[in-house]
Amino acid sequence: MPEHAIEVKSLVKRFGGFTAVDAVSFEVERGRIFGFLGANGAGKSTTIRMLCGLLDPTSGTATVGGFDIRREPERVKRAIGYMSQRFSLYEDLSVIENIRFFGGAYGLSKRAVDARLAWVLEMAGLEGRERSLTRTLSVGWKQRLALGCAVLHEPGIVFLDEPTGGVDPASRRRFWELINSLSESGITVFVTTHYLDEAEYCNDIRLIHAGRIVAGGSPQELKTKYITNPILEVASDRIVEAMEILQREPWVLETSIFGTALHISVADEEEGRRLLRARLGREGIAVHRVDRIMPSLEDVFIHKIEEQAGGAEAARVRP
Amino acid sequence: MKPPSLCCLRPVIKKEFRQIRRDARSMLFMTLLPAFMLFMFGFALNFDVKHIPLAVVDEDGSRASRDLVDRFRTTEYFNLKAVLPKTAAIDPVMAREDIRAALVIPVRFGDDLLAGRSPSVQIIVDGSNAMSGTTAAGYVGAILQSYSQKVTLEALARRGLTDVALPLASEIRVWYNPELRSAKFLVPGLMSFILMVIVTVSTAFSIVREKERGTMDQINLSSIRPIELIIGKIVPYVAISLGSAHLVLLLGEVIFGVGIRGSYPLLLLAMVLFVTGALGQGILISSITKTQQVAFLLAVLTTMLPTFILSGFVFPIRNMPPVVQAITYLVPGRYFLAALRAIILKGAGLSAIWDQFLFLTAFTVLSLGASAARLGRGEKERPRRRRAGA
Repeated sequence: MPEHAIEVKSLVKRFGGFTAVDAVSFEVERGRIFGFLGANGAGKSTTIRMLCGLLDPTSGTATVGGFDIRREPERVKRAIGYMSQRFSLYEDLSVIENIRFFGGAYGLSKRAVDARLAWVLEMAGLEGRERSLTRTLSVGWKQRLALGCAVLHEPGIVFLDEPTGGVDPASRRRFWELINSLSESGITVFVTTHYLDEAEYCNDIRLIHAGRIVAGGSPQELKTKYITNPILEVASDRIVEAMEILQREPWVLETSIFGTALHISVADEEEGRRLLRARLGREGIAVHRVDRIMPSLEDVFIHKIEEQAGGAEAARVRP
Repeated sequence: MKPPSLCCLRPVIKKEFRQIRRDARSMLFMTLLPAFMLFMFGFALNFDVKHIPLAVVDEDGSRASRDLVDRFRTTEYFNLKAVLPKTAAIDPVMAREDIRAALVIPVRFGDDLLAGRSPSVQIIVDGSNAMSGTTAAGYVGAILQSYSQKVTLEALARRGLTDVALPLASEIRVWYNPELRSAKFLVPGLMSFILMVIVTVSTAFSIVREKERGTMDQINLSSIRPIELIIGKIVPYVAISLGSAHLVLLLGEVIFGVGIRGSYPLLLLAMVLFVTGALGQGILISSITKTQQVAFLLAVLTTMLPTFILSGFVFPIRNMPPVVQAITYLVPGRYFLAALRAIILKGAGLSAIWDQFLFLTAFTVLSLGASAARLGRGEKERPRRRRAGA
């Protein structure tokens, strides 16, 4: 038994002159929920497709379930389940026909499929809708059915590429409960998402930006390891104007707008509160509330990306 | 470790049948379109020239000239539309396309004939349709020829020479299609044309549709091997297209009177080989394209024109320049058509057309092999792929 479910070393994928995945390395522990976070086009799907054996890496190595993705792609296939970004069941087949087809496609006997059938229907909440054409189901149902089909053959590792794209919040929550229960039954879950709030459900996270991993750790670690400066949440009038003013102040490290509030990163909490009220007061902007907050993953992500993008400028401003 | 059996074939076949059944458009396309096309083409592509509208200008009005006109009246090749008073009256009638040919019998025709002076008659043919014009001229020539033979013999008989044989008597006998009806010639050609196009187009969608919908990835990750996928996708289509091929055969018999003279099992074998090969070609197209539109275009381009022009369907291959003749060897419809005509019209056995079957088999093996090789590679640019545990 290999120590890690997935081990990736300096994996690179180039498409012509474009480097989609740039020397990515990480390990995934067995039975954990591993989150791969990044914007669209950051290289998440490309990495998953390489790990599933659907795409050849340009260089680098990786093992999945202990099998080398280059030398033993057939064994890798057998060890994993995969649910792609796009809804990938047959819309013109009924629920039960899809389950039976994929069961057969994974080489399961009819008896084995029958045994899993009830489980999938219950898991997806599709009891009583077995004969419905998949086309007629709502997106949330389709996603749960797709997940059920992806783990029909009881793989040890399951790859979920943006499984909750385009799904309403209630269905997303329900989907994550399913992911949790898979993980509890010992399945390793590798999941990509660009919803940062979903990352909170993961045991381990990597942030990927422009093909490179820019940060990693548990959600708690990410928030404390990468962001050491206090973050203040400011409720004020005219927040866009307030942000533009504060951005020019040397004691303000980073600014961003979260809903109706402003997040600013400062070197010292008390001094920050004082300078902030004074500066905005001079502009006639009323400050209703200032709270020190625990940074969200979004704060971390923005911090890391800004650090990468405007490294030189940020370094000059920072004390 | 792969089991050597085709264990994942059944689920693929079942799924394809279900999908085809639920897709009313492709069902119609596969089953009724071939019969409909045969119906349309069979009537439109008629090279027979019969009942040509004809006018006669009888300037002579003798017994002999009326006798000659009667010969045109009694044949099914011409419809005598009008007897005109003078040559000048022909032009407006022909311009209106009321007639396509005119026969002018000059004054003194009967007298000259009796005196043995070989009178001439004039034939005017509408050349604006070169094909039917030439045929019409040929028919007129043949009728005049037989009439002049009769007159010659009568003249000789009057001189007391009753037991005369003409120096050369020829009789043309047409085999296999005695009435030289183009339907007999066209039905096998239409069948090969229609099957080639419809069958290739229908599978050209099959893989590319799975790519577009994302289900191809799931199949690539499952235990289904490329060969199982191909066979599984082809089997339902072979069944359906054989069904529509039989519908075409039936229509050919009922409407166009083209019965099968040869062996039915041999015909079935030719159809299975050809249809499977065309399905393989469709799958190959599907596996190298990324969108359904491109796949459709490629399928139509590689089947429609080559089969129409280069298979011998409309234009005889031996009349083509050598370079073009060489190209026709690449058109699978050519072999199928040759086999079909031989079996249906001539009742030929395998010994006469084994070479066509050899080429058909080669086409089938090649198209299936190429698509299996192509699918096996998937989207991987892997030059030296080794199978695990082999």
